[in-house]
Formats: sequence, structure tokens, C-alpha cells
Amino acid sequence: MLEVRGLKVSYGGITAVKGIDLEVTAGELVTLIGANGAGKTTTLKALAGLLRPAAGRIHYNGDDVTALPAFQLVRRGLALVPEGRGVFGRLTVEENLAMGAYSRRDRARIGADFDRVYERFPRLAERRRQLAGTLSGGEQQMLAIGRALMSRPSLLLLDEPSMGLAPLMVQRIFETIRRIAAEGVTLLLVEQNAKLALEACDRGYVMESGVIALADSAPRLLANPQVRQAYLGE
Amino acid sequence: MDIFLQQLINGLVLGAIYALVALGYTMVYGILGLINFAHGEVVMIGAMVALSVIQMLVASGIALPGPVIAALGLLAAMPVCMALGYGIERVAYRPLRGAPRLAALITAIGMSILLQNAAMIIWGRQYHSFPALLPATPHQFAGATINDLQIFIVLLAAAAMLVLLYLVHRTRLGRAMRATSENPEIAGLMGVNINTVISITFVVGSALAAVAGVMISAYYGVAHYFMGFMLGLKAFTAAVLGGIGNLAGAMLGGLLLGIIESLGAGYIGDLTGGFLGSHYQDVFAFLVLILVLVFRPSGLLGERVAERS
Repeated sequence: MLEVRGLKVSYGGITAVKGIDLEVTAGELVTLIGANGAGKTTTLKALAGLLRPAAGRIHYNGDDVTALPAFQLVRRGLALVPEGRGVFGRLTVEENLAMGAYSRRDRARIGADFDRVYERFPRLAERRRQLAGTLSGGEQQMLAIGRALMSRPSLLLLDEPSMGLAPLMVQRIFETIRRIAAEGVTLLLVEQNAKLALEACDRGYVMESGVIALADSAPRLLANPQVRQAYLGE
Repeated sequence: MDIFLQQLINGLVLGAIYALVALGYTMVYGILGLINFAHGEVVMIGAMVALSVIQMLVASGIALPGPVIAALGLLAAMPVCMALGYGIERVAYRPLRGAPRLAALITAIGMSILLQNAAMIIWGRQYHSFPALLPATPHQFAGATINDLQIFIVLLAAAAMLVLLYLVHRTRLGRAMRATSENPEIAGLMGVNINTVISITFVVGSALAAVAGVMISAYYGVAHYFMGFMLGLKAFTAAVLGGIGNLAGAMLGGLLLGIIESLGAGYIGDLTGGFLGSHYQDVFAFLVLILVLVFRPSGLLGERVAERS
């Protein structure tokens, strides 16, 4: 579904991603872990069309989408839940969700998807008329995920969904992620919390200073002594 | 005659026009963080185009009622201004999207000078008298006078503002505009084509500018290639007074500025013992600008300036 070859991305004068290969097959739940500043967020931004790669190719569903801007990628079913959630604080919860469906025209099914998001996150239903800026961090993360789902993505990129959240909320967000994957959405998850991410996912890539250092199945990465030492704090 | 009420009415009419122009400044600022100093010139072009069409219609000898001729002038001015607003953004501002703000600001001033000079070449340096096409029947009202044209200006301005508020707060496009103004990158992730939204913002603001241009020329009975300069500065002041980036603020700021100016002009003679006359009217707008910038830079309803800096 997603095939990345030799991706290089420069950001603010430095090359943050120095030529990486990456693949995500339909139906997979894949994670990209690594330390702060390893280039994970830059990679996701390039995949979502927010940053133009300096070199390399991105193929999505067989098409070369390397040069496509974000607004065209979301129409093709590729959505990003950005780092720091990025909800529109001055819009209501409901308006934020409507923005998620901006690229769609099928009104009737959009209505049904509103209901599904509210079912999934009852807290959002209670606060639908509230400005998103007044929500707690966890609620904003739910909203960011719900909003991305409103675009009916076939590939969902998630950037640090656990960042800054209380442990209980992190558990709930990860449950949600597993459930979304079980419903058939392909996911690429960037996380600093390597343990949680690897436990939730099928496969993982370990990124170190702009390159892919390791790529393996999640259970094997979890058992890998190097990974255990560097990312699981053992 | 009640001077206070009379000046309040005059101020309301003037303020309604300022508000329409101020909305154009504030919409563009809300989305791009840019002060479009060429906006006053769009107002001027609107007035000049309407004037040309009206003069042609009058000269053609076709017997049309005055209000119909005025409406045709306005209907001609609006698309011209909308195209102009679109063109200004495309040519002058889009190439500088990533550039430092100062570069865009200087470009805006350059665009303003360019349009003034173009208008001078086309329409000449002289003041054109704008024909009185609408009935100016005066009505007595609690000791003050208000005429049909004034009533019409206030009603049309109010209608235009209601349409704008509906567009911004109740439509899919308006939601995209608000989202873009808050965070263009995330709006792009939602599937919004930022460039389209920015273009539409300029086009809508310019349509309001055309309406304001025709109103101010009809109200004062003159049009001139330089008229957009002072009007633009005052409308900018109104936008800052209300809180730049805030639609309700631009409306409030425009109305207040019009009223402050009119009351100031009405009483300045008494206050200075006849030393200064009502031709010092313009002083008040800039006095307001200075006071706002010193004491409340975010404006009456604004928070975003403080938030961003």
C-alpha cells in the first residue's frame, strides 16, 4: 500500500531524513520508533505531503505521490494525525469533525460517520458544541483521531498519539488504535513509547539519526537486546 | 436641531462604510497575517469603475431610473474589484508567501502606489462628481435629519455584513476559512486547498470594497484616484480598533470610528473655542489609532495579536 524508497527530507537547513526505505502492506499495523530527533516526525510529514522530499520516491496504492500536497493525499485516503494533535481550538468539536470530512461529498455517509465517531468517543458527543480549545489533552487526542477517521482513510498515519497524556488515557488511546486497525484501516504509528507501540503493532522500524537502523517483526524487536537496552530502558 | 443626534447619524453612515472596508483588511490579516495596504485602492477602483459605467449610461440617453443606474454601476464594479483582488494576491503576495513579513508589507505599499498611479492615468487627476442617483429626501427624526441615501447605505452595509457572517460561520467554505486562519498546515491535512481559500478571501473582501467604494462616492458626491488612501488608512484603523483578524471587531471598530470622527468634527469647534474647525475630522481617526496601539494593541475584541507575538 505504501512504498518508500531512498527518502531524503531536509527541514530547516538540515537533512533530518537521510535516505530511508519503508513499506506498509494493506491491513498492517506498523510502528516507527526512535529517539527524539531521529527524524520520525519529519518522515511522517513528508509522507502526508506537508514536506517536499529532497530525494527518493513515495508510492501509495501503486501511484507515485512524491510531489502531491497534503490536501490531495487526504482525498486519496491518506490521513495524518499530527504531533501535538492540531485541533482547531476556535472551532467547535463538531466543526472539527466536519473539517475531517471536508474532502468528502457523500453527505449521507458523513452523517453516519459522525455517529460512529460519537459512539467511539462518547466524551466528544457530550462536548460537540464546545470549542475544541477547551478540551483536555486526552479529549483533544480523541478529537484529532476522530477527525482523521472522518476522512475515511485507508492509511492512517499517527504521530505520537500518547504524547503528554496521563497513563490511563494512553491506554485508552492505544485500545482505540487497535480497534481502528481491527476495522481494516492500515496504520503507521510513530511513537516514543517503544514498548507500547511494539506491543500493539505487527512490525516495527527503528530510526536512528535519520536512517532506519532496524526493521523486523514487533515481537522480535521486543526481544532484541539492542532495542531493549536503547528504547525499553533495560 | 440636535447636533449630537445628527452627528451620531452621520457617524453611523460613515462607520457602516468604514466597517465594510475594515472587513477586507481583517479577513486577509486573519488568514495571511498580512496588512493588505492595497485594499483602499480596491475601494477606489470600485468607485471609479462604477462612476465610468454610470457616466456612460447617463450619456447614452437611455431613460433608466436613477437607482437602476446606480445598481448597474455597482454590479459592474463588483466583478472588476473581485478580479483585481484575486490578481493582487496572485501577483504580489503569493510569491512572497514564505518570505519575511516586511517583504510582503513593502510589496503591499508598492501595490497601493501602483494602483493609484494606474487610476490616475486612466481617470486623470481631477475630482469627478458622482451623480446623485438616489433620492436624498430628508426625513426629520427627533430633531435630526436623515435622508434616503443614508438609510440605504446603512441597510445595504448591514445586509452585506450579514451575508458575510453567514458565509463564514454557517457554510462549509467559511469553516475552511476559519480553519485555515487558525492553522493552514492542518487545514491542508483536512483536504483544504489553502491557495483557493486565500484567493476566495481576497475576492470576498474586494467585493465588499466595491460596495464601500460606490457608497462613499455616492455619499460625498465625488470620486478621485487618491480617495482610497485615506479611506484605507481609516478602515485599517477601524480594524485595529476592533481587533485585527476579528470580523465582529472590524464591524464594531468601523462603526465606532465613524461615530468618533463625526462627533469629533461636530464638537471640535466648540471644544477649542473655534480655533480648530471640522476639517480636522481626520485627526480623530489617527488619534484613535495611536491610543489603541498604546493602550490596547489587541483591539477591543481581539486576542490574537497578543497570542501570536
